[in-house]
Amino acid sequence: MINGKTTFLNEVASIPACDKINECVQCGVCSGSCTTAEHWEYPPRKIIAMVRAGMKDEVLNSNSIWYCVSCYLCTARCPRNIKPANIMHALEAIALKEGYKPPTKTTTMYRSFANSIEKNGRIYEFGFMLDYFFKTNPFAALKMLPLALSLLTHKRMPLLPKSVKGKDQLNKIFHNITTGGSR
Amino acid sequence: MKYYAYYPGCSMEATGAPVEKAIHAIAKPLDIELMELEDWTCCGSSPFSGVDKVKAMAITARVLAQAEKTGLDLVTPCSSCYTILREANELMKEDHKLAWQVHEALVSVGLSYNGTVNIRHIVEVIYNDVGLEALAAKVKRPLTGLKVACYHGCQQVRPDYGFDDSELPNWLDNIAKSLGAEPVNFPLKARCCGSSLVISETGMAIDLIHKLLQNAQDNGAQCVLSTTCPLCHTALDAYQSQVNSRFKTKYNLPVLAVSQFIAIALGLDEKAAALDYNVVSPKKLLAPYFSGKASLAKAESAT
Amino acid sequence: MEPKIGVYVCHCGSNIAGVVDVEKVAQFAGGLPGVVVSRDYKFMCSDPGQDLIKKDIKELGVNRVVVASCSPQMHEPTFRRAVQDGGLNPYYFEMANIREHCSWVTESPKEATEKARALVSAAVRRVYYHQPLENKEVPVHPDTLIVGGGIAGIQAALEIANAGRKVYLVEKEPSIGGHMMQLDKTFPTLDCSACILTPKMSLVGAHPMIELLTYSEIDNVSGYVGNFRIKIRKKARYVDTDKCNGCGTCMTKCPVKVDSEFDEKLSKRKAIYTPFAQAVPNVTVIDRAHCTYFLKGKCRACEKFCERNAINFQQEDEIVDIEVGNIILTTGYKLFDPSPIIEYGYGRLDNVITSLEFERLVNSAGPTSGHILLKNGKEPESIALIHCVGSRDEKYHEYCSRVCCMYAMKFAHLLKEHVHGAQVYEFYIDIRSFGKGYEEFYNRVQKEGTVFFRGRPGEITDVAQTPEEKGKLTVQFEDTLVGKKRRLPVDMVVLCSGIEPHDDAQDTAHKFNISCGKENFFTEKHPKLDPVATMTDGIFIAGCCQGPKDIPDTVAQASAAAARVLALISKGKVEIEADTAFIDEDKCSGCRVCNLLCPYNAISYYEKDKVSRINEALCKGCGTCVAGCPSGAITHRHFTNEQINAELEGILV
Repeated sequence: MINGKTTFLNEVASIPACDKINECVQCGVCSGSCTTAEHWEYPPRKIIAMVRAGMKDEVLNSNSIWYCVSCYLCTARCPRNIKPANIMHALEAIALKEGYKPPTKTTTMYRSFANSIEKNGRIYEFGFMLDYFFKTNPFAALKMLPLALSLLTHKRMPLLPKSVKGKDQLNKIFHNITTGGSR
Repeated sequence: MKYYAYYPGCSMEATGAPVEKAIHAIAKPLDIELMELEDWTCCGSSPFSGVDKVKAMAITARVLAQAEKTGLDLVTPCSSCYTILREANELMKEDHKLAWQVHEALVSVGLSYNGTVNIRHIVEVIYNDVGLEALAAKVKRPLTGLKVACYHGCQQVRPDYGFDDSELPNWLDNIAKSLGAEPVNFPLKARCCGSSLVISETGMAIDLIHKLLQNAQDNGAQCVLSTTCPLCHTALDAYQSQVNSRFKTKYNLPVLAVSQFIAIALGLDEKAAALDYNVVSPKKLLAPYFSGKASLAKAESAT
Repeated sequence: MEPKIGVYVCHCGSNIAGVVDVEKVAQFAGGLPGVVVSRDYKFMCSDPGQDLIKKDIKELGVNRVVVASCSPQMHEPTFRRAVQDGGLNPYYFEMANIREHCSWVTESPKEATEKARALVSAAVRRVYYHQPLENKEVPVHPDTLIVGGGIAGIQAALEIANAGRKVYLVEKEPSIGGHMMQLDKTFPTLDCSACILTPKMSLVGAHPMIELLTYSEIDNVSGYVGNFRIKIRKKARYVDTDKCNGCGTCMTKCPVKVDSEFDEKLSKRKAIYTPFAQAVPNVTVIDRAHCTYFLKGKCRACEKFCERNAINFQQEDEIVDIEVGNIILTTGYKLFDPSPIIEYGYGRLDNVITSLEFERLVNSAGPTSGHILLKNGKEPESIALIHCVGSRDEKYHEYCSRVCCMYAMKFAHLLKEHVHGAQVYEFYIDIRSFGKGYEEFYNRVQKEGTVFFRGRPGEITDVAQTPEEKGKLTVQFEDTLVGKKRRLPVDMVVLCSGIEPHDDAQDTAHKFNISCGKENFFTEKHPKLDPVATMTDGIFIAGCCQGPKDIPDTVAQASAAAARVLALISKGKVEIEADTAFIDEDKCSGCRVCNLLCPYNAISYYEKDKVSRINEALCKGCGTCVAGCPSGAITHRHFTNEQINAELEGILV
């Protein structure tokens, strides 16, 4: 435990793949490599600094981390072999779990994505997109109509989900994790 | 004949259809047999790890548990699935608490995973197990003179798992050369297409796709040879019209997955190469190769 | 004489006592057979600690001493001296290492105490069988070998030679001078590097006490402190150094052009060449790998035009055998090659250069006569200097290379001087300006208008995103002090990469029987208290081969190593440990297996007597012959079978 207290830093450091967060020297290579850093209110390096400073609300109320596209340039180039992309996704999970509402639609998109997996065992792309646009902005769906149509006419958008028996197993797995298993 | 357990990933049945169909068409000619996992479920992928990392790893582990039963290497064409599967393997080795949580979850559905699966990307299987020489020897319809920008995408080469260079990879370029084509210089060949956020941050993703198409075109590419990742292919192909309308450009770059290119070069027909599924039609560009006039044209210009 | 053993268990502050229950161990030892007194004490190596031993020898008649403390590497000499001062033969002493081998590597106090008891028990049983031995004294040869003719080697050579002692200075390149000769100005004084170095080089070349062997390498090293035997290979220059006067005519006539190593391949030299104008010795050398005569049997233009008939294509490598008492390794460094850092574009993008390439460009004796020029021949308007290239990076070198911040800032100053109106940008993570005058130099560079951005760039790219970036090199970075990702187009990028050891550092270390550390720098005896000595007596290291450092520190280390050598020469003799091996000639069958086994060539066969004998001066007590002798005829003093078996018993019981 870093400095032995329950802090935001420790909370993040205990998530798988995020354990090296305290080794960051703030060199800025992650931000300097980040494909989408221009859109982040606080670039990746700064997010890590803010986590270390315990600024949980500022980090999780900001839309910054939701711009991570998982291109992994940061992870490939970090001189301390820290995994900033994983840290961003870990922060996203904390934000969703604790009910933060940053100004971004990506939160809804991730939830729709997760719902689709839980319901169907796999991503049912058409259903997932319907669910997402319905929850955010149905009119935006109209903008996507030409694309959807072209995918449909090119046989790349099946309108019905495939039935996957494994989805029952998935839900049992989720239940086991949520309830903490034998612990 | 080499046997592999095969994990297509959710997108392959939908947006990745052309890529997938071509993969199945070329498997036999390349002496590989891809045995799809029965009743497979989603690998988890980046969005899910942004919801709950442990749950995400657990459903990844279900796929791995299934694959382990076959005793074969697990091959996937989706770069995103590839990264997730590999990450799960590595993480569970290092993080014992996570491994235990995942183990308990799997046991609750009668499965277990012992960490023995070897996860491979289909491009790497073609490169190493089939080999460039064997591939070249099977070419019946060389793509001579076709200038291709070889798009590898991010997650095929990063994080660095020892698979090609993580900044400027060239395995697809080498495959293209074996097929007779001419790969062009393409500095953004391993840069992000943005497709993981194309639904919620469409503008941002379109901008990234635009940069890629521009870079390919600026370097003289006639088409893009993309990796088998369905997200990358869809981004560059299906979203090209969105790029054009947003940026008032006139891109008409056919985007074919490497599996489609191989199908064409091995002499298979248009249906096998799934050319109907491409939104930006490659038929005009490829017509000379199908009619055999391409090699004639080359011969004529040489005299 | 009945053995009366005294056992002393050291606390070593909390180093041992923090883990091992030292009182319990002392108590336990007190009950062992032969032990008449058993004590524990806070710091056995201190004066009062040593006095405990001396007192017990005098008053209690203790005649065998066991100290359970640190490693013998640390304090065996200390305690042997104490025992000797107490009136006992120093070899009646045994150490149990309950620190490096126990408290420092065992987490559980219970396990550590258990282990300490076993180690003490072993030492007690062993010391019972110790015999009194006498150290030998060997003379120290007054000559010294220095390997590497850069500033470190030159400094050390002059120090020793000026004290009136002979030095062999061996350098593998055709001239001495090393990397310092390539530099333009040196920080923070901005001394012209060649101007301060060449006088020293001249002195070396002319010094009656220095024998300079350039274009030479060490083939073989044998012997021990005070008595080393070295085989030096003088590589064939194909030029007679007695006849060549450095007139340079041959160079003008030679038709072959080769990339100049000295100019970092930015200019050409000839196949017959001197590496630079002020070379010492000022004698040419023929590069046989590129010479037309050696490749095709033709040309010989140099021979034709040489007025002194100095060319000799028949010349062969010459082996020179020398004897020296001490060796100083000053083999220097190599610059980290940034090619593997693909995102920085070195080797792929024009106008991305390394620091040594920049030194040659800015040097008035360099390939562009001191003009900073782009590949297209124009002057750059804007230049980016990137710090920490390949350093402070787990993928390349984890360590900080110490000198790069300073030389990067020196470059900034030189750019402002050489390129009128240049816009200079430095990209750093931390500014390390630690030395005398260094912080002031940083301030000066800021005053001169160089702009510092805190942010290690993610990449250098030529793919333009805006019209301003077209045709430029764009540095993409986060300005971390502002918190925004930015792209800055510049004309030229200098990658300030770090110092690393030569590729053959491990081979060199092996040759001289010293060690390399994790990053392949030579390992010093103690990083704080003995930075110029090695674990091998008589072999010293100085300069960048020990670790990255600037010129002031290099010169200081070189002088330190020289002082150590002069001290040994002045004393004139060294004590050799008595734990050598000897052959019982009655048991020796004359099979000679030991002759071949000895790594120090210390055993010879005597034809007349049909037995082998060991030269105790050369014997290092490694024990190989003892183990290898099929007749069991060889005994290892202080490591007899009896002693070793007793030790094992002590552990197992």
